[in-house]
Amino acid sequence: MAGLSFDLIAMQLFTGLALGAIYVLFAIGLSLIFGMLTVVNFAHGAFYMVGAYVGLFLVSLGGNFWLCLVAVPLIIGTCGLVVERFLIRPLYGRGIDYPLLLTFGLSYVMIELVRIAFGKSGYPFDTPELLQGAVNIGVGYFPLYRLFIIGVAAAVLLGLWLFLERTSFGLIIRAGARDPQIVRVLGVDVSRVWLFVFGIGCGIAGLAGLLAAPLQGVIPEMGSTILAEAFVVTVVGGMGSIGGAVIAGLLVGVVVSMTSLVAPEMAKVSIFALMAIVLLIRPQGFFGRAGLMS
Amino acid sequence: MSSNNLRSISRRRLLTTVGAGAVMAASPFRINILRAEEPTIKVGFPVPLTGPYGAEAQDQVRAAQVAIEEFNEGGGLNGRKAELLVRDDKLNPGEAATRALELIENDKVNFIVGSLSASVQLAVNNVAKERKIIYNSISQSDEINEAKDFSPYTFHEALTPHLTAGAVGRYVFPKFGKKVAFLTADYAYGHEMVRGFQAAGKAFGIESLVDIRHPLGTTDFSALLPRIQALKPDILCISNFGRDQQIALKQATDFGMKKTMKIVAPILLYTGRQAAGPQAFEGVIGGTSYYWGIEDKLASAKAFNDRFRKMHGGKVPSDYGALGYGGVKTLLMAAKAAGGLDTDKVIAAMEALKYDYYKGPQYYRKCDHQSVQSVFIIESKQAAQGSPDVFNVIATEEPNEANLRSCEELGHKS
Repeated sequence: MAGLSFDLIAMQLFTGLALGAIYVLFAIGLSLIFGMLTVVNFAHGAFYMVGAYVGLFLVSLGGNFWLCLVAVPLIIGTCGLVVERFLIRPLYGRGIDYPLLLTFGLSYVMIELVRIAFGKSGYPFDTPELLQGAVNIGVGYFPLYRLFIIGVAAAVLLGLWLFLERTSFGLIIRAGARDPQIVRVLGVDVSRVWLFVFGIGCGIAGLAGLLAAPLQGVIPEMGSTILAEAFVVTVVGGMGSIGGAVIAGLLVGVVVSMTSLVAPEMAKVSIFALMAIVLLIRPQGFFGRAGLMS
Repeated sequence: MSSNNLRSISRRRLLTTVGAGAVMAASPFRINILRAEEPTIKVGFPVPLTGPYGAEAQDQVRAAQVAIEEFNEGGGLNGRKAELLVRDDKLNPGEAATRALELIENDKVNFIVGSLSASVQLAVNNVAKERKIIYNSISQSDEINEAKDFSPYTFHEALTPHLTAGAVGRYVFPKFGKKVAFLTADYAYGHEMVRGFQAAGKAFGIESLVDIRHPLGTTDFSALLPRIQALKPDILCISNFGRDQQIALKQATDFGMKKTMKIVAPILLYTGRQAAGPQAFEGVIGGTSYYWGIEDKLASAKAFNDRFRKMHGGKVPSDYGALGYGGVKTLLMAAKAAGGLDTDKVIAAMEALKYDYYKGPQYYRKCDHQSVQSVFIIESKQAAQGSPDVFNVIATEEPNEANLRSCEELGHKS
């Protein structure tokens, strides 16, 4: 193929990593909730979409984007708390498909409510002024806003890692994921831990939705497409493994980007091909624990 | 009436009254009262009210209602009024074919007008031509004019991709340069648009650098853009539709591509521009069948816009909306000219029609019933969010059969 310079390949690689950062940010909440609660949250895409709409709403009220970066995860996280407390909690101990079906239905309810409140057609969401335009990254021009997303994703991951690995509450969460019964015997209220984890996961989904809004605008169905991609990321990385989700997310981004360079028609299929190959070689994904689903 | 009186009406009584009303409304007596005059002229109107093009489809309905109201106020066809039977085709060829069949078999429509998709209109056309019902398509397609899909009952009021892309190409190639890159939605519409650009480009000796095909419903174009940037084209033709177009333009803007190349699209939609905002569309050049802003120069556009504003709370019609008006209006006027609803006579009247209903002079070409019409070249401008004043009309390509694919090329004999 003509015109494949080093600069172009480097640029394409970087684009892939940036794309991967968005996947990671979205999939991390999904992975967190599954790893800790063994709940497959099909409403994750809907929380992502609602995050974008809440951002849109706050901006229209006169709030700015920076305020939304804090407010949206808090609001969506709170919604997550409510959903866990009143809808998911009664289903614990009933098998993995109960919460799966519930969240699946919930996602439809949320999408429909947003359609009723905001209408079916989309809205534009302008990139914040400070982050508009493209900057030279050495091999070509790259949108400043996408660099910003990489930064936010890194910050969220770092924060999450510190929280889980370095705080006592994080220790309880990890212990609760391994063996809730023992943790309960030790006098810890596990249901409160789960409530909190579900809230964090949803909050990150809302943040991801807000960050995606300036890239593609806001529309009620925006969560559905990315949900499929996020499941690929979590499956490839290993259901429930946060580290796995990070590596798999970046890998999926790079695979999409590199396929786009040589065969753009295949870009969408390529991530499913990647998933199939990984599952053939390692059915539990990169870092998944075998038997978590059973 | 006091609230006590209200409360004294028992629930049972209320139910009986409501029930009786409903029976009355649905009873054959009521229909007979209407029938006593004359049966109405029924225009079936299948459009994708739900789905990604819902906003455009709803505007098609609004504009079609304007045509119906005008016709009825003008006395109809010797006193016979027209009515619009709107159906949701859900942007699905199977659904559309079923709805069209129901309209023909159950509702006994006289004409069908509608569609907002290349493949859906072919499905409706198939049903209509088998039942010998005139169908006027109001959505872009090259295929519908080709001999294998065409029938004497087929009319095409919308532009064709060949004409639209060609008109835009003829405007931009001499102005902005010869090195052209394409970013194209990978389906019939996209392919037809690219062919239109390339056919028009031959005369200007354009060099096609790359044609990148992306799947429908792509939400991130970032992986496709660096390659285009590296090729340094003068012009980037983005041939996709709806949300794909909005996202592609937004992300190309973010990558700073507007600084080094001119971005053009075969068609820029009024509704799409409204949904995506000024930032993404700014400076982008494209074609359209209609933009309300031409009313300054065209009396027919002014009359149509005013009528539309009056009926629909001050709104202006969109491009695809205006096609809904044109599609219904031409058939009703042809029926008037024919003096009846006899299909062959209406077809003859349609073929003889020289009309200027909303966008300047038009007529249906004999061989393929394609409406020969002008194409407007528009450029998106900075405007406040929600303002209707979003495009500048920078050129008008006058109606000219030479810009369409020739009858022979389409497989027609004459």
